[in-house]
Amino acid sequence: MKPMAKLVDVGGAGLPALGPASGALRKYIRIFRVALIERMAYRSDFFLSTFLRFLPMLTTILLWQAVYTGAGADELAGYTLHQMIAYLLLVHISRMFSSMPGLAHSIARDIRDGGLKKYLLQPIDMIAYLVSYRVAHKTAYIVTSALPYAVLFFLCRSFFDRFPDGPTLAAYVLSLLLAFLIGFFFEASIGMIGFWFLEVSSLLYIINTVNFFISGQMLPLDLLPPFWVSLLKALPFQYLAYFPAAVFVGKVQGEELVRGLVAEAAWAAAFIVLARVLYRVGLRRYSAYGG
Amino acid sequence: MPIIEAIELSKTYRVAQKKEGLRGALRGLFRREYREVHAVEGVSFTIEPGEMVAFLGPNGAGKTTTLKMLSGLIYPTSGTARVLGYVPWERADAFRRSFSLVMGQKNQLWWDLPAADSFQLHREIYSLPADQFARTLGELTELFGVGHLVRQPVRELSLGERMKMELIAALLHRPRLLLLDEPTIGLDVVAQVAIQRCLKEYNASRGVTMLLTSHYMRDVEALCSRVLVITHGRLVYDGPLAGITEQFGRSKLVKLQFAGERAPDDLARFGEVTQRDGPAADLKVERSRVPEVMSAILERYTVIDMSVHDPPLDQVIARVFEEARAKHEANGEAR
Repeated sequence: MKPMAKLVDVGGAGLPALGPASGALRKYIRIFRVALIERMAYRSDFFLSTFLRFLPMLTTILLWQAVYTGAGADELAGYTLHQMIAYLLLVHISRMFSSMPGLAHSIARDIRDGGLKKYLLQPIDMIAYLVSYRVAHKTAYIVTSALPYAVLFFLCRSFFDRFPDGPTLAAYVLSLLLAFLIGFFFEASIGMIGFWFLEVSSLLYIINTVNFFISGQMLPLDLLPPFWVSLLKALPFQYLAYFPAAVFVGKVQGEELVRGLVAEAAWAAAFIVLARVLYRVGLRRYSAYGG
Repeated sequence: MPIIEAIELSKTYRVAQKKEGLRGALRGLFRREYREVHAVEGVSFTIEPGEMVAFLGPNGAGKTTTLKMLSGLIYPTSGTARVLGYVPWERADAFRRSFSLVMGQKNQLWWDLPAADSFQLHREIYSLPADQFARTLGELTELFGVGHLVRQPVRELSLGERMKMELIAALLHRPRLLLLDEPTIGLDVVAQVAIQRCLKEYNASRGVTMLLTSHYMRDVEALCSRVLVITHGRLVYDGPLAGITEQFGRSKLVKLQFAGERAPDDLARFGEVTQRDGPAADLKVERSRVPEVMSAILERYTVIDMSVHDPPLDQVIARVFEEARAKHEANGEAR
């Protein structure tokens, strides 16, 4: 072995002429790729579990059919039976983007068990790392479950009145991407609470339970009394499930749609800032007391 | 310029006191009581480039706390340090690019992926140029003799192989300083020796500075010419390994071989007889009395062979720790 010749040359001198910003981006794209490879090792599970996830839908369809027959009405809060079932199917797509299983828990665990160290020792940012990792997981999940989803939606095609037009579809995709950001940074913020409390799982359990209702996963928010509708639509949770689905079925249109997307983006920005601030303050505390 | 300069480093933790029982737990919800733990107190030392230094001390002595301060994981309560010219807890990127901390009990490789994938990720995290990365990786896999294993998922590797991969990952960005916390913990002797050899060769060829903690005296003897002994947060010794025996070993072992069938029966008046086997006997004698005892024995008996030895190092160290603990408890300070 020769003595180390290029001690100073560890920056990124061998890379093509990239600015520091795109150099950093490359780093996280690489992390994304490695995480993607890891996820693909489990792809066979996806196919089956995607189908199993939709089994409860059968009972849901039967239940709502009974509700509509019992009420003797064609529409409930502006939803026909078909729209209702389409909505409940679409909520699954919303959650595909906005749910973050294990995120808060793993952040809190890293804080408690010392896994956080690797982000402090290596030239890497924890939040950016976790985003890359999560995007990889979501990509792997969405790609591998695209086929079973396509089959399911084809089977259920009669519940959809019409396919949305181009602009609506674009707004839908945007609302899903923002739903990912809100979901990620909301849950990351919860995980950061681990800097102050050892255990966040009971808090997380409460949030998830409440979230199931207030995000509109159980039923469209429009079915609730007016007071609750206006309250829940002022909160960020509707963007995790209700809002994208409502956009797709055409319940939110025109100016209301634009306002909704702007508010969604604002919430995403707010949670990004919150997670950052909590991380910085938490790290200061961690470095003083723990480690 | 020294690689590490620690000046009066101190770290005091505030630990919440848990009261016993339900009542105590309920009271703790509203008013917590804290106790101060002085993990490290006024530790100062300097390490020069290329040195291999061992950090010795019983569990809870403050070794790991010191390593954590030097690697920037925690701030000191008082005192300061310069590591590679940086204040470590400011965590400058340039600082983080030029050292590595390896903890024997923590792994940072991806469990389900081959080590090669983790290495690639490392290359991106440290933004290493491709050609330099390939060269370094080639050299390291050859040095550690694990070239054929890098494509195998990490979970299928043995503990020793995994530790080698961890060390390779830690060295890929060519750190100038390597901090090792128990690098051979849980390994069998063969794997321990292999790791020691690799670290030693790497130090010789690259001049990388190493500071390691270990419970295995074998590691220390094999690798480090200089040791720092820390007990109860205080540095009690800084010097060559051999000097520990001089400073702390109060007795020497005199090995005797007498003429005739049996060693004399009255040897006990010269010192403690630790072993007796026919004409051979081992005698533990206070250092200052060694010359006097030797001449007395030579005068009195026919001696065929006689040699003076230092007691085994781990025994001396165990004594140092034991005495420090006794002194600490006598001082009545809260641990």
